[in-house]
This record gives sequence, structure tokens and C-alpha cells, in this order.
Amino acid sequence: MTTPVLLRFLEATPKKGWLAIACLSAVIATMLALHLFTPDGSALHVSDYAITVGGKIMCYAIVAVAMDLIWGYAGILSLGHGVFFALGGYAFGMYLMRGIGHDGVYQTSLPDFMVFLDWKQLPWYWSGSDHFLWAVLMVLVVPALLALVFGYFAFRSRIKGVYFSIITQAMTYAFMLLFFRNETGFGGNNGFTDFKRILGYDITTPGMRVTLFAATAATLLATLLLGRYLMTSKFGRVLTAIRDAESRVMFIGYNPLGYKLFIWTLSAMLCAVAGALYVPQVGIINPSEMSPANSIEIAIWVAVGGRGTLIGPVFGAFLVNLAKSWFTVAFPEYWLFFLGLLFILVTLFLPQGLVGLWRRLKGGAA
Amino acid sequence: MSITLSEAGQQWEEAATSHLLAPGELDLSHKVILYLEDISVSFDGFKALNKLTLTIDAGELRCIIGPNGAGKTTMMDVITGKTRPDSGTAFFGQTLDLTRMREPEIADAGIGRKFQKPTIFENHSVFENLELAMKTDKRVRHSLFSEIDDATLDRISDTLKLIRLAPDADRSAGRLSHGQKQWLEIGMLLMQEPRLLLLDEPVAGMTDDETERTGELFRSLAGRHTLIVVEHDMAFIEQLGGKVTVLHEGSVLAEGGLATIQADPRVIEVYLGR
Amino acid sequence: MRHKLKIILIVILLQCTPAIAALDPAVLRQLAAEESDEKIAAIEKLTQAGDADALRVLKALSEDALYLAAGRIVEVHGERIVDAQTGDELKPAPQDREGISINNRVRRELGNALARMRLFAPARLTRLAAAQELLAHVESDMAPLLSRALARETDQEIKELLALADAQLSLKSADVPTRLAAVKTLAASSNPSIKPLLVALQDRNAEPDERVRLEAQSSLKAIESRLAFSDNVGRIFSGLSLASILLLAALGLAITYGVMGVINMAHGELLMIGAYSAFAMQTLFHKYLPAAQDWYVVAAIPFGFFAAALAGMLMERTVIRWLYGRPLETLLATWGLSLFLIQTARVVFGAQNVEVANPSWMSGGIQLLGNVTLPLNRIAIIGFSLLVLLLVWVLMNRTRLGMFVRAVTQNRAMAGCVGVPTGRIDTLAFGLGAGIAGLGGVALSQLANVGPDMGQGYIVDSFMVVVLGGVGQLAGAVWAALGLGVASKFLEGWLGAVISKILVLVFIIVFIQRRPQGLFALKGRFVES
Repeated sequence: MTTPVLLRFLEATPKKGWLAIACLSAVIATMLALHLFTPDGSALHVSDYAITVGGKIMCYAIVAVAMDLIWGYAGILSLGHGVFFALGGYAFGMYLMRGIGHDGVYQTSLPDFMVFLDWKQLPWYWSGSDHFLWAVLMVLVVPALLALVFGYFAFRSRIKGVYFSIITQAMTYAFMLLFFRNETGFGGNNGFTDFKRILGYDITTPGMRVTLFAATAATLLATLLLGRYLMTSKFGRVLTAIRDAESRVMFIGYNPLGYKLFIWTLSAMLCAVAGALYVPQVGIINPSEMSPANSIEIAIWVAVGGRGTLIGPVFGAFLVNLAKSWFTVAFPEYWLFFLGLLFILVTLFLPQGLVGLWRRLKGGAA
Repeated sequence: MSITLSEAGQQWEEAATSHLLAPGELDLSHKVILYLEDISVSFDGFKALNKLTLTIDAGELRCIIGPNGAGKTTMMDVITGKTRPDSGTAFFGQTLDLTRMREPEIADAGIGRKFQKPTIFENHSVFENLELAMKTDKRVRHSLFSEIDDATLDRISDTLKLIRLAPDADRSAGRLSHGQKQWLEIGMLLMQEPRLLLLDEPVAGMTDDETERTGELFRSLAGRHTLIVVEHDMAFIEQLGGKVTVLHEGSVLAEGGLATIQADPRVIEVYLGR
Repeated sequence: MRHKLKIILIVILLQCTPAIAALDPAVLRQLAAEESDEKIAAIEKLTQAGDADALRVLKALSEDALYLAAGRIVEVHGERIVDAQTGDELKPAPQDREGISINNRVRRELGNALARMRLFAPARLTRLAAAQELLAHVESDMAPLLSRALARETDQEIKELLALADAQLSLKSADVPTRLAAVKTLAASSNPSIKPLLVALQDRNAEPDERVRLEAQSSLKAIESRLAFSDNVGRIFSGLSLASILLLAALGLAITYGVMGVINMAHGELLMIGAYSAFAMQTLFHKYLPAAQDWYVVAAIPFGFFAAALAGMLMERTVIRWLYGRPLETLLATWGLSLFLIQTARVVFGAQNVEVANPSWMSGGIQLLGNVTLPLNRIAIIGFSLLVLLLVWVLMNRTRLGMFVRAVTQNRAMAGCVGVPTGRIDTLAFGLGAGIAGLGGVALSQLANVGPDMGQGYIVDSFMVVVLGGVGQLAGAVWAALGLGVASKFLEGWLGAVISKILVLVFIIVFIQRRPQGLFALKGRFVES
């Protein structure tokens, strides 16, 4: 007894988003091809620097998509995603530190900062960190556990809105303080740096650069596909319903706790993976990654691009970070003015971000 | 769209018989579906409910009236788990202790609620609103992998016709008129297949015609379902024709047929002032 | 202050105390010796003499006014040149003279010596201070001085201090009853430096007598419990002063959050504006009203209030108002505002912290129980925040504006219906909240560094206070600020700042589980929705 209206409706949904994902893949593939197959001096050549910056910003883009899943779709503004990003980075950084082996300044099996602290052996939580697979497991499990425990208590007591945001910021602050301490065992102020190799391969070679770039690109695309699947499923519809009218969702029999917890933990894990990809590309991780300001900046990437859309945050991450690179070189003292204004103007005048603006223009023209 | 209400009722009856509740969950062995006993709730010293005792039989259509602040909404909050009572007991059937259950569990056990102000998912389409409300496994894992099957489509399109929103199925619900929103919310309630329906001022903002159709729908639902309707509209209550309970200052003031109630001097005093 | 007292003291001493004996010229000459040890020995001898002339000479030495001229020691007071030995003016003044310089070690000894000599000053406070100072480092050669001071002292409090010092010396006596008495006397001390002395007495080799050992043990316990007590008093006090800053920050936030349901992430920057107002006032006073320099703080209070209030009202009118009903976006936009304000402060005042000095009437402190000093600036701030609290209470509960603000907090739509101008109330409430934050900033400038980033840490803490206390509840905010302030100081004392911060956070999360509406919950049908 299906009416034509319903059929129309059901057919329309699955198309959303494919075009944007295809365009993004094409851009990335072109970049990579131009980098690999054009000579150095050519006008079309994509430089090493561009590849590094591109890889770095794609990590940010993954974080932005992860943030969008929780903020754009579930309406939960996290000011703590920097922590998950950094935890992923630290978890992988531990592997990279162990990979230095005896090539450090003190030429012992311990990481330099531990020798400096006069520690005689690795703390228990460093055991296993010399195995790549263990490191990957830790990248996924540690942030997920933190998110699960934190989220369970927060969501169970129905902490939401600004309450939740501020509590995540407090968590971020506490973690930053914790990681600044030398005794915590993660290198204190300086964090981890001077990495030498991954899986036995030299970390500084052009080949490694391209590999990391490709891995990041693949992760970003996978994240987008996963996000697309989730948001076109019934799960996504329940999630947006929770965002819009949580009590109604409860009175029709859904328990929001499970839904929020799932997307929150997933989002944290995606952030952590981005952090793990980020660290070998920039060559350093330190506690300043956990500063509350960094976490809020993620929100502006999403807001600029357009939350509640999947491709928007990717856009936003690219635009804001390119602007940041340009400003900090050209007018370093104006960057904060620009960023501050961006926060104000986007929330005031572009509530749906650039994607929303584009849709409005398209709608107006048609 | 020209569907008469008697047709709507018939369609509903057909739909209802083909979608019976899973048996064995609710123990109705004493014919009573809801027991409220000595329920008290206070907010900062103000007693919203004061030793309220109320029983509703299965299949009954009960109207609750009372002046503002009599505790009608608080009572619904207690039944649906939104507010925990300070004292007293609330049972759904013989076995389910409502004071120990959370909102989703209560909804899952078969109590549906329509709010005073229509609350629907404004950014979702009408279709999606009904789909979300439909009785099914509502846990995360199921939602992640569930597909819309033919049975679901049939069920949704039946309800769409019943609530006369079939042409608007893919419109976003936020664009509906107030009366349409009320109907959509009633439709969502029906999709839940609840045993007990709590309806808080369901005809507020409806035209006379819409009100009358709503009344007929409710009457067709009574029997198989139990309905508790909170209303101010006396004509509507008369149309429904069930037993009436008058709440005043958090407890039951009077109970009986509408005529008896209207003749009760205490009720007159409460409503008309002293 | 101390300087003035010294001068008065000298004048009095010169007039009242007849010279007991003339100064030994050889000792005076020794002051000009090359070797520091020689100088110290000479100072020691002069101290033993303990008369007014000796004090005058030592005083001159400490002020670098002592010279060697033509083989004798002279004091130079501007144009006058005085013979150090007799105190008579020399005429004609000798032409060639050579300054007697002293190094830090000598200066320290000199300070001790002067302190000991002040034991005989007529002013009670001077003697008290001298006795306290002396108690901090008792040395065996003080015995004659001490017994002389004890014999002359009439004040009970000073006498007790001197007795303590004397008891420390008596510990070394060969006579068992003397030692026993000394140990008993020491039980009354609250000086941490006495503990090791008593601990040493527990050793069988150091103290052969059983009774003395036992007595030392119980005295030690008495001292320790008193020290623990005064430690706790100190912690409670610093907790209170933290609480009063938190309270000032949170009061403003509680008003804006209560009225508009939005978190102003730039709230910390309003504190910063208040603190920089204090700095600006200090600079202005320094330039144009140096005579009234001490009162710049008083001028900074209204200035800080209005500067922050103006900034707050501007924020509300230009940004926050347009985001009504979108609290998360407001949070982001106000974060943008805070970045903007921080950078503005960097451009205007520089990225470095600026110095805001306590006015002289706020420096120093009240000594309590030997080792606890309550700084005056903190006392002033506790008092100030109580005053602000009182004013806010009166404003909220006794004025029409307050009534409107409370009405909008409870039910905005209803308030609008009965004719409360909600738009204007929003702006005014925001201005009020911002102004109170500005006052908090003025207070904070007296305790902490003033810099562009100073406000960043306060938003989380003050929000915690608001959450704990329950939205819209003055009493709740007060208790929450007190609880958080004192608890975090105690935790810091035991576990360090980081762990205590984490524990407080965990506590708050657990607390919200139990009581989502805060300590003092507003319940009712309008609360949720």
C-alpha cells in the first residue's frame, strides 16, 4: 500500500553526500598524483611542504568530522576533543619513542626524558609500547575507555547543553595539567619528539611522507563514509531527534543514553586515530595540544564549514587552518583578532556555515 | 483527501487487530491497568500532588479535569517517570512499579504520552516522525542496522491516512499547522501501540470539526486501549462520554459521570470560586 | 613603619637611658677592621654592653653612616659629624674620612644584634617584635642578655616569648631539673624550629635522663598538635580568600547565567578588565596624584565596575542578544569575544604581566600563633567580597530591578507578559554581572599577576560554583564558593595542585549525578523544558 510520495521520499535519501565525497577523493588523488608524477620544477608540481601541510590538515579534518558527529548531529558540544586527539597522539608517540631505541642523546634503551628524570626502568603503562599493533590498540582503546566512562556518568545524569560543554572543558584542563607534570611519565612540558622510525622504516624519507599522507586520506574518506552510513540510518534519525527533542524521544521508548554514548565514544576514537596520524607527520606531541583553546578551535572549523553536514567540517578545517598558517606568518598579532571575529561572525551570520550558505544561494537561484 | 471519520475508525481497528501487543508483559488479571496510591509530590513546600489515589480499569476512557495547578500534569509526569513521587506507589498492571522505571522503560512497557504543547521532531519529515515512534526494538544495535521493510511502510502509510497527513509525508514536521501537529503527535502515539494513552489537552488549537473527529477516534480506541484524557473543553468531554475525575489541590475531589460531577456542589465551588 | 619606630626608639633611648659605661674605643676601632669576623666580634661586644650609645653606633653602622676619620670613628648625619664614642659633635669637622663598609654576613649579624637590643625599647610592640625575632634564632651567647631582658620585662606575652628563648638555652644545662623545667616551658611554643631540639632529646645518648626524655616527648606532641592546628587555620584562611575571589567571579556569572541561560566564556576577561582598571588607576595616581597613591584602589573600584559593566552591556547588545535560545552558539561567540579582548589587552598593555602593588595600608599582615600570618590584602579582599555580596543581595531582593531580574530568571515568558521589559533587563543584568566580575578583577589585582591571560582559568571554576550552588541562588553560590575554595586549599596542601584539581572535578561530576539542580535547587514545573 505504499503511496508514490513514500517511494519518492525513500529513493531521495541515499543519494545525499556521494557527490561531495567523490569530489574530495578526486582532489586528494590529484594532489598525490601531481606530487608523485610531475618533476620538481614543474608549475603543476605539488611540493613536499604542501603534502606535509595537506596531511596535517586532513588530520584536523578527521577531528572536525568527529566533532560534527557529536555536535552537529547529536547537539552535544564537546570542548574536550583535543584530549582525545592528544591521547591518540601520545599512545602512538609512545611507540615512536620506543622506536628511537639507542639513538637518543643518552643512547640507552629508555627514552631520553626518563634518563633525565633518573628513572631506571619503564613505568608499567609503557610495557608493550614497542609493538606497533599494541600501540594501535592503545590508540583506539584508551580514548574510547575515557570517553565511555566520562560519557556514561555525564549522560546518565542527563548533563547536557552548556553544562556538558563546561565539564568537558574542565576535563581538558585537568588532563593538560596532568600531562604537564614530569612524574606522569609522558615527557612533561616537552612531550615526545625526535622520532626516528616506524616499523623499522626511516620516518623522514619522502616515501614515508607519501605513505602517511595516503593513510590519512584513506582514514578521512573512511570516516566520511562511516559518518554517511550512520547519519542515513535509523540511528542517525534517532540521534537528530534526541538533539531536537530529547524528552519526546524518551517518551516514545528510546533510551538516549546508549545513543549518545555510542556516538560520543566513536567520535573520541576517530579523534584519537587522527591524533595518531598527526604525530608522525609533525614530529612532536606535547601537552599544549590539550589546552582548552585548541579544543574550542575544533568547534569553529565545524561551524565555519556547516554543522550537521559531513563535507562542511572538512571544508572548515581546511579554510581555518590555511588562514591560520597564512596569518601566523604574515600578521601574527592579528590572528587572534581574526579567530575571535570568526567565532562571533559565523555564529551570528552563518549559523549553517558555508554549506548552508551555498544551499541558500542555490535555493535562491533556482 | 476525503476520508470520513467512521472510515478512519475502521482503518484503525483493522490496523490495531493486525498489530497486537506482545503478550505476557502486562498483568491485567484484576482488570485494573493503573494504580496510583497516596502519591505525593512537592516542589519547595508547594504540594503539587497530595496523597492522590486513582485507579483506572483496562479499556477505560477516563477524563481528568481540574483547575490550573490541580496537579494534572504532575500526575502524568509521575506516571511516565519524569517526576519521582516523594511518597506513594504507582503500578502499571499488577506487576510493573512505575516509580522504579525510567521514561524509556515505561514507554516501552506500553504507556504513551501526548504533551500539552505538541512535541514532534520538527526537523524530521512526517514520515520519519512516525517511523521513529513505531513499536520495535529501540536499542542502539537495532537502529544501526535496521532497514525499512514493507510491513513498516504499510503500517506508516495506514497511520498517515488515519491522521490525514499522507500528502505531507515528506514535508518537515515543523511546517505543519498546529492542528496537524496535534494529529501527527496522536499518530506517533498510535505507532507506539501503547496499552495506556495519556493525552494532555489533545484538542487545544483544533477546529470544531477536527475536535469532533478526534473525539470519535478516541472512542474507537477505548476498549482495546486505555485512555486518560486531560481536558478543559466540556463539550469534548461530553462527546467522549467516559467517567470523569476532578482533581483539586493535588488530590481527587470527585469522580463519576459528567452529569453527576456537574451537579456536585464541591466541584461547582472549586470551578466557580467561593 | 619600622624605620620610624627605630628613630623614635633611638630618640627616647638617648633621652631616658643614662649611659651605663662609656664605649670602649678599641671596640669601636675594631668595627673598622678589614676582616668581617673582627667586625662581627666588635658588634657582639657592643651588643653585650646593651646601652644607648652602643645602639646609636650600631644603628649608624646599619645605615652606612659610620666613618673612620683621623684615627677615630665618627658618625655622619648630613652636615653634622659626631664622635661615635661620646656622641658629641666634632668641630671643626675632620676633612678626610673613609666609609666603613659591611658585607651581607655582617649586615645579618648586625640585624640580629639590633633586634636583641630592641628588647629594651620602651614601646611594647617593638619589644614584642624583637622577642619574636630573637626566638627564631636563639644562640648560647644570648644568655646574659636574655636574663637581663627577662628581669626587666613586665609584659606577660613578651615574658612568655623570652621564657621560651631562655628555655632553649637551658636545654644545654648540665642540671637535670633545669633541663626538665626548660622542656616543660617549651611545650607552650608554636615555633617549628623548636621541634628538632626536642626530637634530639629523645635520643638516649643526647639526653641521659629518663624523665627529661619523657617530658620532651609530651612537649613535642603538644607543639605538633598546635602546629597542625595553626596550619589548618592558615589553610582555611587562604581557602577563604580563594573563595571570596571565586564568589566575586561566580556572582556575576550566576546572574547572567540565571537570567539568560547562557554561559559567557568572556566572563574571565571581564575580570581582566577590572584588574587592568586597577593598573590604570595606579598609573594615573602615580602621575597626577602621587600624594594619594595609597588610595588608588578606592578609585579603581568604581572604575573597574563601570569599565567591565560597559564592556558587558556592549557584548550583550551586539552579540549575545542575537543568539537568544542558542546557548551553545552563545558559548562559541563569547569565546570569540574573549579571544578578542585578550588580544586587545596584549596590544594595549603588552603581553607581559603588569605590576599592581598593594597600597601600604594593605601590605603586611597580622601574626597569629607564631607561624601563621594573615596577610592584610587577603583580609581586605574577604571583607570586600562580603560587602559586594551584601550589596548584590540588597539589589536583588530589595529593588525593582532585582525583582525584575528574578522574575525573568524564573519565567521569562510570563515576566514578559506582565510587562517586565525583558530586553532591557537582559542588558542591565548583563551589565550588573559584568560589573561584579570587574570588581572581582580589582580584588584579584591585589593578589595575583595581572596579565592578558589572567581570566582564562576562572571561567571553569566560577561555572562550577554556579552549578554547585544551583542556578539563581545567591546562598547557594556563597556556600559553593566557600566549599570549593576551602576544600581545594586543603587538598592542595595534601596532594598537590594537579591532583586536587582533578579530584574537585570528579567530585563535581559525582555531585551533579546526585543533585542535578545544585545545592539549593529551584524545583517546579518551569524548571525543566
